[in-house]
This record gives sequence, structure tokens and C-alpha cells, in this order.
Amino acid sequence: MKLMWFHLMPYTELPDDFNQKHPSVWVDIHSSLFDPKRAHHMYNDFMDELEYAAELGYDAICVNEHHSNGYGLMPSPNLIASSLARRTTDTALCVMGNSLALYNPPTRVAEEFAMIDCISGGRLIAGFPVGSPMDTCYAYGQNPSLLRERYYEAHDLVKKAWTEKDTFAFSGRYNQQRYVNIWPRPIQNDPHPPIWIPGGGSVETWRWCAEMDYVYCYLSYYGYKAGLATMQGFWNEMEKLGKDRNPYRAGFLQFVGVAESRQQALDLYTEPAEYFYGRCLHVDARFATPPGYTTEATQRAGIESMVAKAANTASYSNKLSLKATNMKDIVDGGYVIIGSPDEVVEQIRHVAKSLNVGHLMLLLQYGNMSKDTTKYNSRLFAEKVMPKVKDLFGEWEDKWWPKPLAKDQRAAVPAFRPQPVAAE
Amino acid sequence: MSQPVTTTVEVNGFPCRVWTKGNGPKLGFLAGLGGLPRWLPFLDKLAETRTVIAPSLPGYPGATGHTELDSHLDWVLAVRQLIDKAGLAGADLVGASVGGAFAAEMAAIFPAHVGRLVLIAPFGLFDDQEPAADPWAQRRDVLPGLMCADGSKWTALVTPPEGANSVEWPIEMSRASEAAARAFWPLGNTRLEKRLGLIAAPTLVLWGDRDSLLPPSYAQKFAAGIGGGINGATRVETVPEAGHLAYLDQPDAVARAVLTHLG
Repeated sequence: MKLMWFHLMPYTELPDDFNQKHPSVWVDIHSSLFDPKRAHHMYNDFMDELEYAAELGYDAICVNEHHSNGYGLMPSPNLIASSLARRTTDTALCVMGNSLALYNPPTRVAEEFAMIDCISGGRLIAGFPVGSPMDTCYAYGQNPSLLRERYYEAHDLVKKAWTEKDTFAFSGRYNQQRYVNIWPRPIQNDPHPPIWIPGGGSVETWRWCAEMDYVYCYLSYYGYKAGLATMQGFWNEMEKLGKDRNPYRAGFLQFVGVAESRQQALDLYTEPAEYFYGRCLHVDARFATPPGYTTEATQRAGIESMVAKAANTASYSNKLSLKATNMKDIVDGGYVIIGSPDEVVEQIRHVAKSLNVGHLMLLLQYGNMSKDTTKYNSRLFAEKVMPKVKDLFGEWEDKWWPKPLAKDQRAAVPAFRPQPVAAE
Repeated sequence: MSQPVTTTVEVNGFPCRVWTKGNGPKLGFLAGLGGLPRWLPFLDKLAETRTVIAPSLPGYPGATGHTELDSHLDWVLAVRQLIDKAGLAGADLVGASVGGAFAAEMAAIFPAHVGRLVLIAPFGLFDDQEPAADPWAQRRDVLPGLMCADGSKWTALVTPPEGANSVEWPIEMSRASEAAARAFWPLGNTRLEKRLGLIAAPTLVLWGDRDSLLPPSYAQKFAAGIGGGINGATRVETVPEAGHLAYLDQPDAVARAVLTHLG
């Protein structure tokens, strides 16, 4: 199986009374809480951590896009990914992803992803989320009733821009371009970089992923217990559509905290976990359900049937109402997997098998976890857990993984040499 | 309260419900946010002396087709078709809230299609100095008080009647909200101020004094935009103890003001 290291880049210094004094971590979070001088250190720490994860041998490092968000400091994940492309060599770069409807014209995404693919020697995984209501409809002012149509059209345009050899005109419902001809072009051109779709639990998204042969990723913050129904719904739908159960069709996000013992893990990870589930997910419910964001089919399913209990747990309003904020409930609920290396091995194997997920995206930094603790967590996982779970799904081929240039074809990137401080 | 007669017209191939009741000269009504999930006491009052015709805008209760409308021009042309097919061409027109913005567009762009005009807290403008509230980012418990001075009036509008389909009713309500958002997201600003000066119909602007969605001061902006024009000064009236959907809060007072203006 693939073990991928994911960073959300949370602002780590939200005040203790954040939830009492502020209505939301997202959309209208107050600017006075943001200290750019502290953010300088946060960004550099976070990028150190991503680079460290690559050194440790994780299969991929992952970044994502959020706007006006106190737990996600990457309005442009492409900026981070391009830097990572220069500081890593073999690790896949998973940009999870660019919310297509927010880019005007969407060919911007085709261009920037092609740049990252070229710089990195073909290591890009191209994630195309619709984007959350908070990011798209509120922070970016997109019309919720048009968002999905714009998303699908932008997808068609980006894919065509990657694959069409000649300059072409695109006459869409929302995008009109006379000359589409992106330079550069992605290295992964057979036919294009792997496309992964992070989504909620809607049947339409599952069907679309199956039809397009894309990876479906369920990126919930609520762990494997809450995710089970959704992933079962996904696999049931794949079966109905005649698709195999190749676990690499799917990705899943899971928080983990590993230490020498369960007690030590609780000691180390309680504060960052409670910071994340308390402060970082303190989102005002008024930003959860812009009208039209959820399709009528999904609404109907949500009201009508048991199937959609699964889909429904994926809706943002339900997500917000689920949450536990103290460590006991966080661990009992499976939001964060905690324990000694062997205990974590056992749980990861259970998660992978019960959800049938070949791409496990791990959050080993969360909330206000320090760089030292993050590195400790990541190293222990890489050394003591990874070797005991890598064998899973060996019988399946991952057809959705990047195909980089052979090593002897790649540019030699000189090692980074920090300049000595003048006074020394 | 007897029920209106229901007919259906097609706009762009999609059905739109038309409710008709009463006697006398025709009077068109384009409803506000939430549309008309049920017939209203306000419309009954008007129907005492007028033939009230209330077509549902695409996506509002009783109608679909909003998903075909991508631009403001699409919307305006859909409303024009609806007005014509409901037999309202040339009739007096009353529009409220989102329906008010379209009533103003009809009077501005197709002046021959509108007799006398009443706008009740219409959408269409936005003032940075006095920003309107966001109807699409509200918690459930706050929304009724934003729609009406007496929140229970809004709740009564959207609560399923006995025997309503428990799946389709809530979807119809959220569809109405989506249709409004589709046309007016994110600020309710359709740049209507550019066209207000084209309105030739004698116009009454009505506003609830407790409208907490669109500031009552917007009434003066509409009046100034429409101007004295061809038919004399536009009148502004404030409705006491009424919120954004003033016709729910104060059906009698609003009906009286409307009928007085229409003569």
C-alpha cells in the first residue's frame, strides 16, 4: 500500500479563548489573529516537515488548498509544491488539489500543474476537488448553483489542454477561449498526470470517478469509523458498475499519533489533537450549506434512504455537528489513531482492509503540534509502522500513481547549502 | 381562504405554475424569497377587487428550469416569457424582494409590458456603506427573523402543510433558495441602478421599517434611480412593524398601499 504524508498547515497559535471570542475559524476569521512574523516560522517549519517526510521514505507528500482558513495556510498549494519539487527527488507530489472552478481561466491549473510536473520530473498527482462551501462559495464568492457545472467544464478544459496536441478553441458554457495551447506540457503525457478526486459521499462523484477512471479520495477529519459507511457505499457502487475492488481506486485520510507506548502517545498528542478538533474545526454553521451546493439528487438520497445516511454524514453541516473535542472521544471515535508502534500497525492494517483503501493519507502533524513532535511522530511511524503495513495489497497494481522520468534522465538538483551567518 | 386556480405555462421547456384568483383588472405578483409554497392572506386581500395572477419564477415552488439560466439576461428573458404566458403583458405588476428586482427589470427593459408598478423591498442594489445582510449564510434559528419582523410568519410560510410529501417539500424549499442564489449571489446586486432610469411606469416603493435583510434606506436609492421620469415622482412608503417580506408581516397594510397606488 501507499503511505502518504499530508500537511494541512494549520496556524498554530490561535488563542486559548478562540472558540469563545470568535465565531469561525473559516471565512471571517479575524485578521488580528494572524501574525505574519510568526507565519514566517510556521511556513518554514511546515516545509521542513514535508521535506523530512520525503527523506523518511513516505510514498508521497501532500498539500491542499484552503482560503480564509485558520487551519489551512495554503491558498496556493502550487507554490508549496513547486518548492518541494526542488527539495525532494523521488517522492510523489500530491496536490490535493486545485479547486477548478476558482481559476479563471481554468487553463491556469493546466499550466501550473504542468510546471510542477516538469520541475519534479513527472512526480505530480493532480487533485481536482470541487472545494468546500467555505472556500468556494463564501471566501471566493462563487455561485453555489453554478459551482459544479463550472467545475466539470473546467475539468474538461484542463484535460483537453493537457492532451490536445494542437491549439484549439474552447467554447463552453462558462469559459470561452479562442487559443488554448498551454506551455509547458506535463511530462506525464500518457495520457496525463494521475487525477485524483477528493469528494464527500455523493453517489454522483463515485460514478464519475468510475467513468473517468480516477482515484476517489475521502478526506474526512473524522477517521476510519465514521468513514466506513462512506467507503462501503463507494465500493458497493463500484461493484454495481462492474469495477474491480482494486484498493488503489481509493484514498483515505487518517490522523495518527505514534509513540513508544499508548500513554506516551496520549501525553504527546492530546494537546495538538484537542487544538485541532476544538479550535481548527470551530466553523460557523452559517457557512456550511450555501443553496445549490448539494445537488438535489444527493439531498433526495439524504432524506429518502439508508444508503444516504453515508452520503449524508459527508455533508458539511453534518460534519460540523459530529465533532468531539476531548481526547477520549477523539480516540474512541477513531478520529486519531493512537498507540505504540505495534498498536498502530494493528489499527492501520484494520483501517486499510476494512475500508479497502490503498492510498492512505496520513496526518502526522495536526493542530499546534511542534516541529520536534511532528518529526518524532513521522520518524517512528516510518521506522516502526511503515515496514509492517507496506505489504498490504501487494497483489494489486496501482495504475493511478505518477510515472516519473527514469533517474538517469532527471536533472541533478544541487543540495541546498544554507549560507553561514556573517558574524560567524 | 379558498384556493386559487392553478394552471401551468412553459418557460424554456420547463413548467411554471400560475395561480389565479379574484375579479377585476389583472394584477401580477412576483413573490420574494421562498416564493409561494402556499396561497397567502395578502393575495386574498388583493383578489377582492383585482384578478390576481401569481406566476412562479423558475426554480420557485411550482416551477423548475432555473438550472438553465446562466446569466442575468437569461433570467430577464425567462421572466418576460413568464409574464407574457401568464397573460400579464401590460398589466399592473407587484414584485417583492427577488421578485421585485425582476419586476423592476420588466418595467425598465419592456416598458409596454407593465402598467403601474409596486416594488416591495426589491433586490438589485448593493451599497458598501450600508451592506445588505446575506440571506444565504444564516443559521437556521436566525433566518426567520431576517425574513420577517415576526419570524413565525416565515416559519408558517415554509412549514409543510398536512399531507405534504415529506421528501419533495424540503427539496422544493431549498430549490427556491438555490434559484434566488443562482440569480442574485453573492450580494443581490444585479447592477439594476443602470436601468432604473428607464422605468416609465408610475411606481410605488414599499419597505418594511424593520427589514433587517435590505436596509430600508435603499427605498430612497430606488426612488432616486427611477426619478420623476415621465409620470411624476416615484413614491416611497414605509410599512410599520414589517420586515423584509412585508406582505407576510402586514398583509392588510401592504395590500391597502398597493391597491391605493394602483387605483
